[in-house]
Amino acid sequence: MENVIEVNNLTKTFGAFTAVDAISFQVKKGEIFGFLGANGAGKTTAIKMLIGITTPTSGDATIAGFNVYTQTESIKRNIGYMSQKFALYDDLTVKENITFFGGIYGLNRNTIKTKTRELIDELKLEQVTNQLVGSLPLGWKQKISFSVALLHRPKIVFLDEPTGGVDPITRRQFWEMIYKAANQGTTIFVTTHYMDEAEYCDRVCIMVDGQIEALDAPKNLKKTFEVDSMNEVFLKLARR
Amino acid sequence: MKILGFIIQKEFKQIFRNKGMLPIIFIMPFIQLIILSNAATFDIKNIKFSYIDNDHTSFSRALINKFEASKYFHVLTDFPSEQLANSAMLNGDVDIILEIPNHFERDLQKEKHINLRVTINAIDGAAAGVESVYINQIIKSYNKDIGLKLMQPNDLQITALNIETIPSFWYNKTLNYKTFMVPGILVLLVTMITLFLSGMNIVREKEIGTLEQINVTPIKKSQFIIGKLFPFWVIGLGLLSIGLLIAKVLFDVPIIGNLALMYLYTSIYILVILGIGLFISNFTETQQQAMFISWFFMVIFILMSGLFTPIESMPKWAQMITEFNPIKYFVQVMRMVMLKGSGINDILPQLSKTILFAFIMNGLAIWSYKKTN
Amino acid sequence: MKLFLGFVKKEFYHILRDRRSLFILFGMPIIQILLFGFAITNEINNVNIAIFDHSKDITTHKIIDKISASSYFSLNKLIENEDDIESVFKKGKVKAVLIFERNFNKKLLTNEQPKVQIITDATDPNTANTIYNYINAIIQSYLHEINKDVPVVYQITPQPRMIYNPELKSVFMFVPGVMTVILMLVSAMMTSISITREKELGTMEVLLVSPLKPIQVISGKVIPYVFLSVINAIVIILLSIFIFKMPVQGSLILLGFESVLFIVTALALGILISTISATQQTAMMISLMGLMLPVIILSGFIFPIDSMPLPLQIISNIIPAKWFIIILKAIMLKGVGIIYIWKETLILLGMTLFFVALSTKKYKIRLE
Repeated sequence: MENVIEVNNLTKTFGAFTAVDAISFQVKKGEIFGFLGANGAGKTTAIKMLIGITTPTSGDATIAGFNVYTQTESIKRNIGYMSQKFALYDDLTVKENITFFGGIYGLNRNTIKTKTRELIDELKLEQVTNQLVGSLPLGWKQKISFSVALLHRPKIVFLDEPTGGVDPITRRQFWEMIYKAANQGTTIFVTTHYMDEAEYCDRVCIMVDGQIEALDAPKNLKKTFEVDSMNEVFLKLARR
Repeated sequence: MKILGFIIQKEFKQIFRNKGMLPIIFIMPFIQLIILSNAATFDIKNIKFSYIDNDHTSFSRALINKFEASKYFHVLTDFPSEQLANSAMLNGDVDIILEIPNHFERDLQKEKHINLRVTINAIDGAAAGVESVYINQIIKSYNKDIGLKLMQPNDLQITALNIETIPSFWYNKTLNYKTFMVPGILVLLVTMITLFLSGMNIVREKEIGTLEQINVTPIKKSQFIIGKLFPFWVIGLGLLSIGLLIAKVLFDVPIIGNLALMYLYTSIYILVILGIGLFISNFTETQQQAMFISWFFMVIFILMSGLFTPIESMPKWAQMITEFNPIKYFVQVMRMVMLKGSGINDILPQLSKTILFAFIMNGLAIWSYKKTN
Repeated sequence: MKLFLGFVKKEFYHILRDRRSLFILFGMPIIQILLFGFAITNEINNVNIAIFDHSKDITTHKIIDKISASSYFSLNKLIENEDDIESVFKKGKVKAVLIFERNFNKKLLTNEQPKVQIITDATDPNTANTIYNYINAIIQSYLHEINKDVPVVYQITPQPRMIYNPELKSVFMFVPGVMTVILMLVSAMMTSISITREKELGTMEVLLVSPLKPIQVISGKVIPYVFLSVINAIVIILLSIFIFKMPVQGSLILLGFESVLFIVTALALGILISTISATQQTAMMISLMGLMLPVIILSGFIFPIDSMPLPLQIISNIIPAKWFIIILKAIMLKGVGIIYIWKETLILLGMTLFFVALSTKKYKIRLE
């Protein structure tokens, strides 16, 4: 399998503070790659460098074959992104949001129409298509947000703490959507601080203070650290 | 091009969906245009005039009658003493006190010449100047009257040499302030709406977090900025059109010049303002900061535009600053084209500077909008 | 009470930490007062005029010399034919054109009253009228000189005494106005935005469920701004006194008291705006669009209120700035005490109470 993300010694400093300290890893096509760490471990800074909205201080990375320094716009054409801050327009309806984001990714109106139809059927949003997004419960917003990030069939989707603040059932449903997308060949790069979610990933990478402390399949990690759950893996690492 | 359409559609929807803002954008400006245009006048009227008549003769009464007959003066009271008059002046109840001395009539006949004390509240220096001109005119006409009345056969008859000055007030014969103020206030309102809306726009998306989502899309900077500008540009031109209609129908302001030229100029002008707004928006962190900065520039633009006070009277360095004031050019062009019928050649200096500003400001707006940091 | 003090302290830190806004808050008013104090004047100076002299004789030259010697006018152009008049106006190069008729000197000496036409660009009626009056005055003074030997006839001469501002400086008129506009807008804008911001971010609800009473929450947010505005007011007053040589004839203490009162009025208005707007954007648009032009035009800052049509004179009464400008001028220039301005003071006080009462009512309704 080819690598769709290659990262070598990627570093970001803000003045004297090193937010991301020479991280290196690869992600394969169709993989669900979990990116774990406590708040402030550098996850968000790392993800922002990968999606081309923050320029790295040093190191290299290619996303879908494109360089993060010079080809950010090409990267953007090939990725989807859903951020920690909920990022649809509250004052537009579900349909209008889909149309807008589809539109700025260059889809034509007919494609957008069929995609919208599919998406609405799939998420069972019939009732709320013409409601303002601001009036919907958080769980729904996040599901819509994820679908919108997939609208232009990106090679890779970056999810920055997508399930923050929602109930366990919705989280479960959300992960089902993630699996489905991965099965269709989309690479998933997801950050989270829910350790149970880490179990769902093919491989996880754990960041502590800007550095990668562990990187392997959850199964192997548990074996290495001789514990039963990812939660304990994480606590062990954090205490070191 | 297609992408642009989606952005424009989205912006329009957001503007028209914000019910709290609609009346502020589309109704408030016109209410202000109608009300404030009536208020903005330097035509000094209803001057609060009072007098102390120590003489009480037909002569002194004739003088007061002259003031009462004038449309400029609102003759309030006859104060019995100077003290009471002064106290009314301090209170702000009167602005002028004319003092007619004892034996006014007798002295006038005997000495032929009398000085009259007139006290004028000169805090508003310009108004005081005008008031003193009006007083002179009335007294001049009074002098003529008494001259005829008191002239004795043995008074020497040498006529003084005279020059006649004939005023002719072009483009606004009746010195109607509305003709002057309506286009100006319209300019201010269009500018304020477009500046404030564009100034808040991007920083608002920054604060809400949606800007980040836009930044990870492959959208081009110029597409995004143009998409943001266009709806406000349309709104600005729309406001101008309704405002011109009000000016014509309600205030009967003459529109002598070429309407197409006015629209050409306005469409470029609004681009300048929108560029400034987006530039501010890109440079600030919060809507609050964006607003304060927009406010700061707006007040300077308004008060140094030549609309309320003449630019020629400013010190040289301040005149230099007004060279960078887009409102100044807009006010000039509106008046020139609307009231004087100036053509494109006449407004070429203003037009070319405005085009230059449009390029600079929008260039800065696009440059300062960074998808990557 | 301790809780409340803690809250006020937190608000202070909050404001002081945002260096950028703080710079804006203090820097901008200073720049504005300096800029406007010097630049805003409706005295006329160096007005460009053109001359079309059909006679070119000794009298017209003398008059032209007199006009160019005055600081009001600067001779921009000599026009030689009729068509040029229209074009110089259209270009906006000159504000007035003087036309001396043929045989000017001859007609003057033979008592035929030669004519000089003064054409002004009346798209700006005020300047047009002033220019006419000034040129007329210059010609009158010339006549006075040549008529020295004519004996006096029966006449009275007014001797105007310009009180409170003998040199007719427009600074005296505009500095109080600028000060008022700045204090009004900065204060109203600051409070309305900072309160709606909390509403928008959802933190207002957190505050309202705290043991603090709503009135404490609101005053806690406003008190720091009272201090900031007072500092602004002090700086502006000092600048007016030392840079613009504004006299303070009356009591400084009274001036301080009235300024604080006006600041509180403006802040109360800001609170009221925040209760009726859901988003920062709306609050800002109301305070900027709703206040800026009415405060500039209807307050007597630039345009004399007495000259306005009656309905507008009545409307002007609801503008708090109008009353403060009257108070400022009365204290600084007329040097009066409270007995002359108690009415205006009470009006401001009444407005403040009205704004506060209305906002309290609105808040209560929303909370239920």
